[in-house]
Amino acid sequence: MTELILGGLIAAAAVVLVALPFFLGSDEQLDAVDDAGERRLALIDERDRALAALKELEFDHRAGKIDDADYRALVGPLRRAAADALQALDADGPQE
Amino acid sequence: MADLGRAALVVSLGLALYATAAGTLGALEKRRRLADSARNALIACFCSTAVASLVLALALVHHDFSFAYVASHTSRDLSTIYALTAFWGGQEGSLLLWLLVLTAYGALAVVLNRRLLRDLIVWVVPVIGGISAFFAFILVAVSSPFQTQVPAVDGAGLTPSLQNPYMVAHPPMLYLGYVGLTVPFAFAAAAMISGHTDERWIVATRRWTLAAWMFLGFGQILGAHWAYVEVGWGGYYAWDPVENAALMPWLAATAFLHSVMIQERKGMLRVWNMILVALAFELAVFGDFLTRSGVINSIHSFAKSSIGAWFLAFVVVTTLFSVALILWRLPLLRARTKLESPLSREATFLYNNLLLVALCLTVLWGVIFPILTEIFVGQTRTIGRPYYDFFLRIFGLPLLLLMGIGPLIAWRRSSVRALLKTLRWPIAAAVVAGGSLIAAGAGSSRPGLIAYTFSAFVLATIVVELVRGTRVTGSLFQLIARNRRRYGGYIVHAAIVLLAIGIAGSSAYQTEREQKLAIGQSMIVAGHTVTYKGLEHERTGVANETRAVLALSGRVHGTIRSGVNSYFTGDNSREVGIHTDWLRAEDTYVIFDQQQGKYVYFKVLIKPLVNLIWVAGFVFLGGSLVALWPDAREQRRLVARLALARG
Repeated sequence: MTELILGGLIAAAAVVLVALPFFLGSDEQLDAVDDAGERRLALIDERDRALAALKELEFDHRAGKIDDADYRALVGPLRRAAADALQALDADGPQE
Repeated sequence: MADLGRAALVVSLGLALYATAAGTLGALEKRRRLADSARNALIACFCSTAVASLVLALALVHHDFSFAYVASHTSRDLSTIYALTAFWGGQEGSLLLWLLVLTAYGALAVVLNRRLLRDLIVWVVPVIGGISAFFAFILVAVSSPFQTQVPAVDGAGLTPSLQNPYMVAHPPMLYLGYVGLTVPFAFAAAAMISGHTDERWIVATRRWTLAAWMFLGFGQILGAHWAYVEVGWGGYYAWDPVENAALMPWLAATAFLHSVMIQERKGMLRVWNMILVALAFELAVFGDFLTRSGVINSIHSFAKSSIGAWFLAFVVVTTLFSVALILWRLPLLRARTKLESPLSREATFLYNNLLLVALCLTVLWGVIFPILTEIFVGQTRTIGRPYYDFFLRIFGLPLLLLMGIGPLIAWRRSSVRALLKTLRWPIAAAVVAGGSLIAAGAGSSRPGLIAYTFSAFVLATIVVELVRGTRVTGSLFQLIARNRRRYGGYIVHAAIVLLAIGIAGSSAYQTEREQKLAIGQSMIVAGHTVTYKGLEHERTGVANETRAVLALSGRVHGTIRSGVNSYFTGDNSREVGIHTDWLRAEDTYVIFDQQQGKYVYFKVLIKPLVNLIWVAGFVFLGGSLVALWPDAREQRRLVARLALARG
């Protein structure tokens, strides 16, 4: 008998926990990222990738993994990509 | 008590089903309250499963033989700790452990990411809820640990080979690994269903994958050591189907952990990463099917049961679900850039991925071949050790080499000239190591020689990387703290090298000899003299123990005891004798084969460097923890990204 009461209590506690949002939670819609947000996320991805690549290139160059000629050939396009991403993000909306 | 356990499991099933249904509806209709309620149901599901687990644990500890499970897997003479290990020693208990770990992971993942990844979490809940519902259903309707019976006076006891300290940690460790792969799978599925396939799901799940991968890897090393000291056949990995079942998802997860870096840096391999995450998850469940169905013959598997059909159906359904999702979202998953050069870091990652997946599929073929021949030819044909060893060399040695080249090659592209300049020290180390080994007579095994030479190359690479990095940052500590993921990875690479050296040494250069000895007689094995001194007998509370005493002399000195235990339950176990020479990391391993009159048949194995395998386990654990350590900067970046995306 005690076990069944305990079982009932577990079920009741679960029901309370599950039902709680209906009494206490806000009824607003889920604030999913909209299409504009998706576009911004894609731009943020581009920017982060370009900046991370630049950082990585600098580190590899200083550590001697990349010689000067390769560094010069790679750094220009990467800087341009980072600048483009930042510019596009700037044009698209507010900044961090 | 059993009623309470049963009731808790029924509640778990109800909550998991609710989390799936309400979560799906809430996500589809963007109803916040419903989605939050589904999330709470998943958390409550963990709590009720924890209650069920507590009931079983208490029954085991208190030897409550009114539980059929307790009576089948424990006995009164079993110590409390081994009585607790019986939790995962049988089919039903281990299923309950699976559900407990799954709901714990699910609840934790949902709680920790609820604010940052709200739009993904709403879909993660129904995915994990659906998977939990399957396991809860099996526990409620097919294989319950809460079946009762007329209380027995004593239980059948736990299999002797499971009464080993390794069994306390090895199975839970593997379960943490297997089940942990559900989290990245759920996030990947959520990203595809919601259409939010940007890099957030990768960032959010990388640590979950890493944790699962670490548990799975370390669990396998623990299992290997258990086999080595307890099973008594002289090895540590037998390519047993159940052992392979843990290796396959680990290989797939290893490939994912590497390829994910290419997606983060280049936006490439997005489809491939989804496939790898799904593959790792499916292989984990498939491994569970192999262990539980009884379709394969293994010392690790449970008895044949009807449960296999349910698991097979689950594997098929979840595979179809994953394939359908990937095909549906192909347009969103297209790569944004191309590989710039075959001589670049990302290219070596790609080669590494191909080799890892090839090795994984080769092992899978070896595992399913006997099942297929049984179905189609009506006769079980097994694939033996030579098949696996061959492919391990074919794919494993190039992987080892790539582990050395990868860290030293630059991202995007590198020139042959720059690469050779960077690699000159590792190449020199490899040449010196190879030459020295040939001079020392290690040329007797070509794969062994190649493995050692490549290992020297990789170790030199790691040293060069650390030295160069330290020069740039000014301190080693700062270097590692700045990029824990990378340098934790290098520590893991060092562990793999130790593992390779240990495996090559103990297999390619092992010496083995069998001989019958009477008291006072000796045998000489690889410079060691082993002398049989006599027999000892002891009757303990659970078994009659016989031990042959052997004196070891020559290169090392010591005493070895090897024998058999005859348990009163009728089981016998071989108890091997091991003498470790830590200076050489070498073991003298003695197997008491059989006794005939005054003679005892002994098998003596000299296993050079075998102990590096166990050392590798701890280095692997250390490296994984370094890479796993939370990074506040990463969290801040995620928060900023989301804030920016929402305008």
